[in-house]
Amino acid sequence: MLDETPSAPDAAGATPALELEDITMSFGANQVLKGVTLALLPGRVTALLGANGAGKSTLIKVLSGVYPDHGGTIRIDGEAVAMESPMAAARHGIQTVHQRIDETIVPGLSVAENLVFEEIIRGEIPAVRSLRRLLPRAREIAATLDLGWSDDVLTKDVFELGIADSQLLLLARALSQQPKVLVLDEPTSTLSQSEADRLFALVRRLRDEGVAVLYVSHRLSEISSLADELVVLRDGRIRNRQEAPLDMAAAVRSMLGDTVLAETAGRTEMRGTRVAVEVRGVQLLHRSAPVDVDLRYGEVTGVVGLIGAGKSELARGIFGADRLRCGSLRLDGEDYRPRRTADAVRRGVYLVPEDRAAEAMLPGWTIATTSTLPFLRGVTRSGILRPGRERGVAEAVITDFGVVATGPDQNVDALSGGNQQKVVVGRWMHAGPRVLLLDEPFRGVDIGARGDISRRAREQAAAGACVVVLSSDVDEIREIADRVLVMVEGELRLDAYTTEVDNDAIVASMSEVA
Amino acid sequence: MPEALRSPETVGRVRDALVKYGFIAVTVVLFVFFAATEPAFAQSSTMFSMLKFASVTAILGLGVTFTMVVGGLDLSIGATAGLAVQLAAMTMVFYNLTGPTAVAAVLLGGVLVGLANAVLIVVFKIPDLLATLGMMFVIQGAKLIPVSGQSVSSGMVLRDGSVAPGRFTPDFLLIDRGFVGPVPLPVVIMLVLVVVSWFVLSRTSAGRILYAIGANPEAARLAGVRVGLYRGLAYVISGLFASVGGLILVSRIGQGDVNAGASSLLEAVAVALVGTSVLGLARPNAWGTLLGALLVAIVLTGLTMKGFQYYHQDTAKGFVLIVALLFSFTLSRRKVRYTPAT
Repeated sequence: MLDETPSAPDAAGATPALELEDITMSFGANQVLKGVTLALLPGRVTALLGANGAGKSTLIKVLSGVYPDHGGTIRIDGEAVAMESPMAAARHGIQTVHQRIDETIVPGLSVAENLVFEEIIRGEIPAVRSLRRLLPRAREIAATLDLGWSDDVLTKDVFELGIADSQLLLLARALSQQPKVLVLDEPTSTLSQSEADRLFALVRRLRDEGVAVLYVSHRLSEISSLADELVVLRDGRIRNRQEAPLDMAAAVRSMLGDTVLAETAGRTEMRGTRVAVEVRGVQLLHRSAPVDVDLRYGEVTGVVGLIGAGKSELARGIFGADRLRCGSLRLDGEDYRPRRTADAVRRGVYLVPEDRAAEAMLPGWTIATTSTLPFLRGVTRSGILRPGRERGVAEAVITDFGVVATGPDQNVDALSGGNQQKVVVGRWMHAGPRVLLLDEPFRGVDIGARGDISRRAREQAAAGACVVVLSSDVDEIREIADRVLVMVEGELRLDAYTTEVDNDAIVASMSEVA
Repeated sequence: MPEALRSPETVGRVRDALVKYGFIAVTVVLFVFFAATEPAFAQSSTMFSMLKFASVTAILGLGVTFTMVVGGLDLSIGATAGLAVQLAAMTMVFYNLTGPTAVAAVLLGGVLVGLANAVLIVVFKIPDLLATLGMMFVIQGAKLIPVSGQSVSSGMVLRDGSVAPGRFTPDFLLIDRGFVGPVPLPVVIMLVLVVVSWFVLSRTSAGRILYAIGANPEAARLAGVRVGLYRGLAYVISGLFASVGGLILVSRIGQGDVNAGASSLLEAVAVALVGTSVLGLARPNAWGTLLGALLVAIVLTGLTMKGFQYYHQDTAKGFVLIVALLFSFTLSRRKVRYTPAT
């Protein structure tokens, strides 16, 4: 159903920097874009909203030249152009900063070489030129963002940059090309607040300089403060267009369609009594003090801390994925020393890892095979697979979580991020976990899927499981957890029920320095 | 649907068909061509000799297939087959022991090589190509030492001047020369191993786990899979299959040729790679490997009948490999993947 008849607003008759007309794109039988018409005007920030799987990433790839065989017309300054390659997009003044930085950073090269990479591939700078002679141009590019990187930083291998700095590097690189159209795909997902603020100031400056910005984000607060107009994509079509002042509630409604937002206010708090995992004297980071904590059945424990606070180390230690430095664990009052992940899985201790693509997805696998991998014993008889059982598990995962898919044999690569996460979380929940560790379960996941996952996680806890959610987002933790643990630099700073602390207290303890 | 008639879609469909059936079509076309132009080609005796010819390569290729499924490659299989040749010869000729003892010694040797590879790769974390390359040289060199670099044959004079006491026993020679009904025994062994490999890889949890390791070892580990154990298993299977191939080889040549097996490595890797392209599966698989070995056998037998000399063979094999890879990589625009059969 359409929330509103889409009508392209023509602002003051200005020629759009970029016009998309009736863009379609299919992968096999799966039509992802079903006719998108959109105009980006110079000097305006257009926000693109959409749940995972709505077609945002595909749309971005079409206009950055990654998918040349799309349908429809692309116009630059009123003239139809063929966006046949990323090089062509760059030539037409379109620069895109993609969400996945590992696809665009060139490992093994220095920071400076990565900054001037566009010039290198266009042959304007010889690739073999010595690093020292690249530095002036690299400094110039870094300066556009006020990165303040010394030559020391510029000559480092790019791998030594953190994830946030890598994101800034890519942005600086895009800006060095003086784009007419700048596409930012989830630019703040890895940035801290101050870095994000710097980015916002920059986006506003670019807008004032006449750049057309397409800003893709899940974060509504960013959009409402930054965007001049907004379009919502759902199921391959534009469902909602607005000009500032923006009605975010309407945007969210048309983004989600029929799915319901997770009810957080009306939920019942759970307080567990029985201890599942006793963590004693466990040292999480190289120099941190040992941690003692009890994780209990029947409640959702939220562990919140910044990147590098030791959250993942705790979860991976309990799951047996990495050895703990020192200290001991007890599970149900018994010694628990998982030497490998198989030991943890056998005891009913499951982990959904932080980096879905690298640590959970098997390229080319189906929903069925992905779902049953941890529990092959349940779908085999004397080692021989039983396809019927397997489909049964997959169908249960699909229906329990409302995975949007054609069926158990659907390739997981073709699923959106949110649906992939539902499969990855669902396969463990289907098995009835004793302890379920969810490390950043909402990363790259749309609000609808986030609500589903969080609701199911709470149901598991209500049914008696010990559910632990690790995240760097305080709001996420408040939404899902009954109890909050704050971690800073490998140490525990706060342990309280979420109803008893407010956001400020949590944030304050997160930013406390030892 | 009018769009269906648009040319890009037609091109796409033709390409899909080529990717899926092109390889099989090439095999059939070549077969028909040789059968039509060389009357001797289509006779059942030629068929069986071709299958027999394919058996060693196919069996070694199956071992390679297992290691390819876990995302690796075993470069020591040629040397392991050569080791099998020499172990069998030494057991019977030097020590005058029975054929079954020789078979046991050979299989044990293959398993031990596989275990050694597994330890190097899994425990000592040496990259698979390098570990098995090192193993290849160690085996090739070490097997020369006890025989002073000589090939082992019945009646040979030993270092102390005496004559070697044993000979290749008749039952051992039956491995290559025997029949089950009209079918040569090596062909039966090959088919049994193909079926077993297919079954293990696509119908059992072990096979599923092997493909998972190839697809994403870290994701497999975090799904509770014992990655080291199963990766090691693939190399043990590879060593075992290489020694079975060596058994057939030594039974065929009837002496412990020190150079035997050396050339089988590239052939086996080639047929396993060719096999990935069958039916557009784009994954290592047992039936594909068999088909790859058959295609090579058809081409070589056909060319030989047409009067080409042995020195044309490598060029022909190279072309077969490249054509097959065109189907699986260029046309399908897909990388080799590690997706289990469903």
